[in-house]
Amino acid sequence: MKKSISILVLSLSILFFHNHSISAEKVDLLKTDWTFKGLFGKYDRASLQRGYQVYTEVCAACHSMQYLSYRNLAEPGGPEFTEEQAKAIAASFEVLDGPNSDGEMFMRPAKLSDKFVKPYENVEASKAANGGAYPPDMSVLAKARKGGADYIYSLLLGYEDPPAGIKLDDGVYFNKYMYGNKIKMSAPLSDGLVEYNDGTEASEEQMAKDITTFLMWSAEPHLETRHKTGFRVIVYLIILSVLVYLTMKKIWSRVETKV
Amino acid sequence: MSDSHYTPKSKVGKWFNDRLPLLTLANHLTDYPTPKNLNYWWTFGGILTFCLITQIVTGLVLAMHYIADTKLAFASVEHIMRDVNYGWLIRYVHANGASMFFLAVYIHIFRSLFYGSYKSPREIIWILGIIIYLLMMAAAFMGYVLPWGQMSYWGATVITNLFSAIPLIGEGITTWLWGGYSVDNPTLTRFYALHYLIPFLILGLVVLHIWALHVPGNNNPVGIEIKKPSNDTVPFHPYIVIKDAFALLLFLIVFAFFVFYTPNILGHADNYIEANPLVTPAHIVPEWYLLPFYAILRSVPDKLMGVIAMFSAILILAALPWLDTSKIRSAVFRPLYKQFYWILVIDVLILGYVGAMPAEGLYLLVARIATAYYFAHFLIILPVLGFTEKTNPIPLSISEPVLAGSAMATRAVNDDKVEINLKSLG
Amino acid sequence: MSDKKPKNRRDFIFTATAAAGAVGVGAAVWPLVDQMNPDASVKALASTEVDISSVKPGQSITVVWRGKPVFIKRRTQEEIDKARAVTLDELKHPEKDEDRVKNPEWLVMLGICTHLGCVPLSDKGEYDGWFCPCHGSHYDTSGRIRKGPAPINMEIPEYVFLNENTIKIG
Repeated sequence: MKKSISILVLSLSILFFHNHSISAEKVDLLKTDWTFKGLFGKYDRASLQRGYQVYTEVCAACHSMQYLSYRNLAEPGGPEFTEEQAKAIAASFEVLDGPNSDGEMFMRPAKLSDKFVKPYENVEASKAANGGAYPPDMSVLAKARKGGADYIYSLLLGYEDPPAGIKLDDGVYFNKYMYGNKIKMSAPLSDGLVEYNDGTEASEEQMAKDITTFLMWSAEPHLETRHKTGFRVIVYLIILSVLVYLTMKKIWSRVETKV
Repeated sequence: MSDSHYTPKSKVGKWFNDRLPLLTLANHLTDYPTPKNLNYWWTFGGILTFCLITQIVTGLVLAMHYIADTKLAFASVEHIMRDVNYGWLIRYVHANGASMFFLAVYIHIFRSLFYGSYKSPREIIWILGIIIYLLMMAAAFMGYVLPWGQMSYWGATVITNLFSAIPLIGEGITTWLWGGYSVDNPTLTRFYALHYLIPFLILGLVVLHIWALHVPGNNNPVGIEIKKPSNDTVPFHPYIVIKDAFALLLFLIVFAFFVFYTPNILGHADNYIEANPLVTPAHIVPEWYLLPFYAILRSVPDKLMGVIAMFSAILILAALPWLDTSKIRSAVFRPLYKQFYWILVIDVLILGYVGAMPAEGLYLLVARIATAYYFAHFLIILPVLGFTEKTNPIPLSISEPVLAGSAMATRAVNDDKVEINLKSLG
Repeated sequence: MSDKKPKNRRDFIFTATAAAGAVGVGAAVWPLVDQMNPDASVKALASTEVDISSVKPGQSITVVWRGKPVFIKRRTQEEIDKARAVTLDELKHPEKDEDRVKNPEWLVMLGICTHLGCVPLSDKGEYDGWFCPCHGSHYDTSGRIRKGPAPINMEIPEYVFLNENTIKIG
């Protein structure tokens, strides 16, 4: 039995190791203390709210978040704006609705049930406006990149002058953490770019951290419930295992006497 | 079998049972004499049944929300993850459940290899198992296509292109599989239909697998035939049921850890990018459970031969009962085979590892050596070993090693429960 | 005497295990049941705004709210009088017309027959209101059930007049 377990552990660890080795980048990603990591990880509400501010004021000009709705901003486990705040945010955007009774489409202020308004009508329009590069939708971005939140955080802070010998075309920038080091997005953040509503100093690192937290929430809106439920489930399973183990020992004690 | 004499006690039960002998079946299943020396490696049969049912139930639920359309599939999965009540939980259970299913099936297969469970008279059980395993791979592959992410799309493209290696008709077959000139909406909808069908085929085969098992009865760690029922067996219920339940719970703890704390570690980040037929991801690898076969495929430089090698690697298992010429079942009494067995385990792990690595340089060389060894194990080592190996003496009854192995433990238990024992004896 | 204690302990462990197992199964089944309830995006689609400026007296329009038809009928004086002339004891489901409308001219109600959910036809039936073709329920000009198998009057949804020309349902 002992041997069997050690083999199981070994094979599991190989599984993990192998996954790690593929996801390992050539450069080590920047690390920061995410509140959402770990068994009890939760999002930092204030950071999420600031992150939303960075998104609207900086990213939203090019990046869509098509799977988010304005109502999500007020839902538990997220930025938790009040319903009034979320309504006000929604109402500041215009969405296309219709057709009305005259058969015409019309614009109206967005409601909580509406999806986030996109900066471009379609992928082609976004490419045309961005020199052929398509700013990816950011709804699940934090899960769609190896390294996840760390990668996005690093990328935002990873702009450097290109090393000697590397020539960059117009509209292409050097980023230490980007795959192939060439990125078509210019450095999006700089100190003081945003004036935070809550008075936090908008340093580059702070903004990178806030927007990354926001993107992580957007990719995993149920992370807090998942962590909470997971802890309960595992505690329950351990208790039940102990009970079943005791039951098993009782039942099998009848057999061992005959052996 | 003893249970053929079973008659229900109640009148209604008897009336019903004479018309449909479900109670006889239930009685057979509960009384089914099982060797009492089965170790925990034998609990994976029950665990696999649990995995299959979990996949079917969660899959059914996901099908209530999923939309098989290239324009909507990705969005419908996001809808499940964000809006559907407990949708995130159900999808993560289903996605990680596939991995858990394969983890359990590999343990189950390697248990069988170690204890020679595939040997006469259990060849049909083994071959049914191989068919189930093949269907599992098909179901897993098609299921991975459904979220319509980048890995879905490119995985589907690569795997379906395998068939284009077939001379003359290959191109026609791939076009037929796709229902078009590339992987597209017709491909997605048919994969969805088949992904829904296959688990029920597996379920049917599992019934046959268990039926075939109940004819000769379980093999056991000692690998000798035992009299059933006898002092060497216990009824399936409650003894094996409770032991399987305990093992299942331990398995569930691992399962839950993946679902709740690292739900995406076994997947690929690229699959959270919607499928784009114009851009292939930089690293394209299958799910971990298919990696050894992927390594075999890539280790052969010729397209057709690579495909043949990959399929042979699985099909060769079906011939195993006849390739292994040894009359002794359990590796416990085969000192040489035991060593080769562990080499094979390591070989397969190596294949899995290099399958995830780029097919170049040292990795390719290792993959080739490991592939060659894989086939040599089954085609050369096993047949020869049966004739040349000097095996250890096997005991006459399973009680003998049980006594020798766990005398201490038994005594300790006895001291503790002497009163209960006296009571149960008297 | 000494064998009594272990026996009790054994019973306790068996019971505790079975109970704990049952709780777990119940907890595991709930998500599978609850997933069929309206999801977050469905719940969010609460209200619909309708422009009624172009509806002439005697006309009725049908709008969709939560996937169901809502009848908005601009009643003529004759229809209003007819609805108000009915005494409560003539009704299967007694409700005053005054309680069914916010503005007597406008009747806003769910266009669903309370029998088995079909959509009744307007200006049909023995009471000049609505008639359900599925099983022959007759409704009056206030949408009240007068004859046929339907048990209660057609339902009035929550709505408000935002202004003269706009109704918000929900």
